[in-house]
Amino acid sequence: MKSDEIIKSDHKAVLDMVESNSSVLDLGCGGGDLLELLTIKKNVRGQGIEIDEQAIYRCVAKGLSVLHGDIDTGLSEYKDKAFDYVILNQSLQQLKHVETVLFDALRVGKKVIVGFPNFAYCRARLRLFFRGRVPITASLPYTWYETPNLHFLSTLDFLDYCKEKKIKVERKVYLAADKRIQILPNFFANIGIFLISK
Amino acid sequence: MTKAGVGTVETNYFTFASQQDEFILESKEKLCPVVIAYETYGTLNKEKSNAVLILHALSGDAHAAGLHKGEDKPGWWDNMIGPGRAFDTEKYFIICPNVLGGCRGSTGPASLNPKTNKPYALDFPVITIGDMVAAQKALIDSFGIDKLLTVVGGSMGGMQALAWLVKYPERIRSAIPIATALRHTPQQIAFDEVGRQAIMADPDWNSGNYYEGKPPDRGLAVARMIGHITYMSDISMTEKFGRQKKNNKQPFKFTADFEVEGYLRYRGDNFVKRFDANSYLYITKAMDNFDASQNKPFHEVLSGKSLKVLVIAFKSDWLYPAYQSKEIVKACKYAGIETSYCEVDSTYGHDAFLLETKEETHLISHFLKSVSQKRGRA
Repeated sequence: MKSDEIIKSDHKAVLDMVESNSSVLDLGCGGGDLLELLTIKKNVRGQGIEIDEQAIYRCVAKGLSVLHGDIDTGLSEYKDKAFDYVILNQSLQQLKHVETVLFDALRVGKKVIVGFPNFAYCRARLRLFFRGRVPITASLPYTWYETPNLHFLSTLDFLDYCKEKKIKVERKVYLAADKRIQILPNFFANIGIFLISK
Repeated sequence: MTKAGVGTVETNYFTFASQQDEFILESKEKLCPVVIAYETYGTLNKEKSNAVLILHALSGDAHAAGLHKGEDKPGWWDNMIGPGRAFDTEKYFIICPNVLGGCRGSTGPASLNPKTNKPYALDFPVITIGDMVAAQKALIDSFGIDKLLTVVGGSMGGMQALAWLVKYPERIRSAIPIATALRHTPQQIAFDEVGRQAIMADPDWNSGNYYEGKPPDRGLAVARMIGHITYMSDISMTEKFGRQKKNNKQPFKFTADFEVEGYLRYRGDNFVKRFDANSYLYITKAMDNFDASQNKPFHEVLSGKSLKVLVIAFKSDWLYPAYQSKEIVKACKYAGIETSYCEVDSTYGHDAFLLETKEETHLISHFLKSVSQKRGRA
């Protein structure tokens, strides 16, 4: 249940970042919940890409346009600035080739929205520090042997990276459960969502 | 149990082109008259906006659903067409024509040449997938249908759907190419050529002039056997036949000992009862010559079109591998067309497009719904 609330609040944050009637490419769109929300609430022209076959069927049942494929192989078939937004929500940390995909997303989208679990979240820190165990939190719910996550990063890691690569960070939203976090976000937020552009 | 299908159906015939107004083929050769056999299921609505064109594969025909009077074998896509099925006859008007060059009621090499009053045989002009589609357009015109809701087909049917996208994009709202390709690879051409050689190596073929004598049944049966091997997969063959032997008796050294041999012989022998060898030659050649992007890149053809496309491929299909479907998807992406693509996890090989009806039903019924709704919103 708790993770459900978190999914809702991160979708809400993305919803706030997207302009009405825009075009959206959702990379790793899963069953299409976010894309459906954007279609209904913001009348976006949406396109999803998803690797899981069963998730494709759920997207199609929602009337969404979805492509069965691996985003790790890149987005070379899309023209520059083909979409107003490219979304990488909860999929960045699962990519094999983060840089390739992120830069391709910045080429294909006028803006990119990236959302990922914050590894430096206070509960994660406590679990690691006091219990000596790899963090299992609401936003990082997996055991070490079944996690699909390949990269573990904090929100500060991401901001450092953007600075180094000269990626403009236009908006930052930090979340924990249903709340937006303003103070010490890298400590108190378990999800970070960023609107970036090149 | 699901609802009953479309019930008893019959094939209709549409005739067009006359001496004064001949049907001009892509080769610039002329043909008249042209007959197209077709079947319809469901009812065309008042706005004529609910028509779906179903396009058959190499050996298919107009009989896609229901039963012909006195027969117990339903049409080739029966479990996809009918009330509550993927192509819901309570919502849509389904048209399925036999291709030009075919032998199941449409004009083809076995038809009478009006100039000689004998079957055309090899005097029949070379036809293309584009010609097939042009003849289908004449049929659609005869119904007064301005825009088809969708054009859909597997294998060669998918090629026709792609040809509709290229030739008449303004006449369709969407397309569903299944287990198909923008063009044949050398491997696909090679299999077709072996089939053609099998027919032409049969002495009964007689340079195509066999209509008054014995047809080249052995050659055509072998062509069909080769075809069937390519329609299945290693896994599906193992599951279906294993190394099972038919019996232990050995009256002759080279009888069909294994189940798979018996199956292929049975399929081959059955095929010759309903198919014309010359049609096989003409149609496979049309497939080999097909190239959806003949004149310019496929994405340029699609660019700026307000269409929706659903592409379906099957994992174990090695005759039309998924990467060929992905090339279609790639072009659609580049052209900015709203596209959905699914690679269905199936072990049936190329035949999957006729067998994986549960997945296809889910994908197609929802897709058609969104295409119809999109029209409502616009």
